[in-house]
Amino acid sequence: MMIETRELTKQFKDVRAVDGINLTVARGELVALLGPNGAGKSTTLRMLTTLIPPTAGNASVGGFDVVRQQREVRLRIGYIGQGNGAGHSQRGRDELVSQGRAYGMRVRPARERANELVDSLGLGDVADRTVSTLSGGQRRRLDIAMGLIHSPELLFLDEPSTGLDPQNRANLQEHILRLREARETTIVLTTHYLDEADSMAERVIVIDHGRIIADDTPQRLKAKHVGDHVILGFTAEHDAISAARTLHAERHGTEVRVTAEDGPQQAPKLLDDLSAAGLAVSSIEVTRPTLDDVFLTLTGRSLREGRAEETVEV
Amino acid sequence: MTSLVSDTRVVFSRELRPVIRDPFSVIFSMIQPLFFLALFAPLLPGESSLQWFVPGIVVMSCLFGSSMTGSNLLFEMQTGSHERMLVTPLRRPALLIGRALKEIVPMVAQAALIVVVCIPFGFELHLGGAVLGLLILAGFCIGLGALSYTLALASKNKEWLFWTVQQTLLFPLLLLAGVLLPIDNGPGWLRALSHFNPMTYVVNAERALFSGDVLTRGTVEGVIAAAGMALLGLFVGVRAMQRSD
Repeated sequence: MMIETRELTKQFKDVRAVDGINLTVARGELVALLGPNGAGKSTTLRMLTTLIPPTAGNASVGGFDVVRQQREVRLRIGYIGQGNGAGHSQRGRDELVSQGRAYGMRVRPARERANELVDSLGLGDVADRTVSTLSGGQRRRLDIAMGLIHSPELLFLDEPSTGLDPQNRANLQEHILRLREARETTIVLTTHYLDEADSMAERVIVIDHGRIIADDTPQRLKAKHVGDHVILGFTAEHDAISAARTLHAERHGTEVRVTAEDGPQQAPKLLDDLSAAGLAVSSIEVTRPTLDDVFLTLTGRSLREGRAEETVEV
Repeated sequence: MTSLVSDTRVVFSRELRPVIRDPFSVIFSMIQPLFFLALFAPLLPGESSLQWFVPGIVVMSCLFGSSMTGSNLLFEMQTGSHERMLVTPLRRPALLIGRALKEIVPMVAQAALIVVVCIPFGFELHLGGAVLGLLILAGFCIGLGALSYTLALASKNKEWLFWTVQQTLLFPLLLLAGVLLPIDNGPGWLRALSHFNPMTYVVNAERALFSGDVLTRGTVEGVIAAAGMALLGLFVGVRAMQRSD
């Protein structure tokens, strides 16, 4: 196991930011921790990366305890935090080399590795400029390079795409996925972007109020907690009434809404049943749920609404 | 394998790099003490006033520079690069010691600049004493820098705290050390206060050493004051760094 936590808990003065999390992540997994701001995602990450000690429970990363064997843990992980890893008064390439030196690399290999990362992340034109002059997207790519300098087996990313425009977000996600394919790095990222969790992660862990409330592939989370909807339209209301009765489904005016685990597969069957009953369908639509629907079903709140009243993550 | 020494070297050279890449930024920050020399020294009475004034200005420039250095760390705490370094295997004491040691470099450069500028105006340099003086000052700088970093770590998410404390302490330390005007003719309470200021002993030692008086009681007191500052600063600073998150 790459990560194993038991009843991991963090209590700040008056808030229990993380409340007894049991989590295992196997080697090579790509896991997204999804939840609103203040849910405890970052605090969990900060404990796993040895930045803050847990108040109770324990965690091991790469087989080493995050409190008693901090050095062993730190040697094995890469961490890309919410801020910029590279100092703003430094030059990007210099920071990459000194980051390599911080992991015990010798100057020459550190320099070679820095050049390699500069090329693969497309930073060639800006790596020798002062970091403060780089754009947000360039700085973020530099942060990724910083986190990768020592080729860690496990990479943590805290809100990697916050503050980036859609194009830069897509670009960043692509880099992360490429890295994964090339090296089979284990990746744990936090996000409050639903589409990011949906498109990138094979496993989504939904966190709310410091607890894990769901943990599965995005597809299964959606199928299990929400399901697809097949919406059938009729020209006459009495047809819709009969159809709703035949299919045991709910009706809104001339529309009948059927909940199904696999909508696209279910739809032709529904049509067959209806034509057997002599009912003509005028339109058909299959809607698939988003992870936000999953969150809504699980908590009664929308992740999107939650962001309006966001609290600062501790 | 890494050690505390190699980790310290990594931190030290990282801190120094922007200075090497852009020396002009340091030269610019050196101009302030020159104003004191140009606009204040001529007001002092007596023929050998420069000989008396210059060592104090060297200590003053060290005070200004080293006490502000924590703001660099404060900035890195805000942008995220401090956090990034905390997650690397660099030993925590190295994160502080490497930074504090770096303070020596601008201090020496600044002292050299001040002395070179003053020689044409009649300042007499006694090289042996001056070198010993810089060694003492190095200890003082390390201690002061370490305390400034400690203050930065304590001011996490409270930038105002750093600047309030730094600005509040700066001038009492400077004036009570008798850098600008001699304390000797002042009232008793002021003289008594100046005895509690470690910088007083450093300034006195620098004055004696820059004039070539090496073997004096002032030198010994200066060594003790500077070493005390260095040990105190490093002790407090390393503890603060070990608790940083």
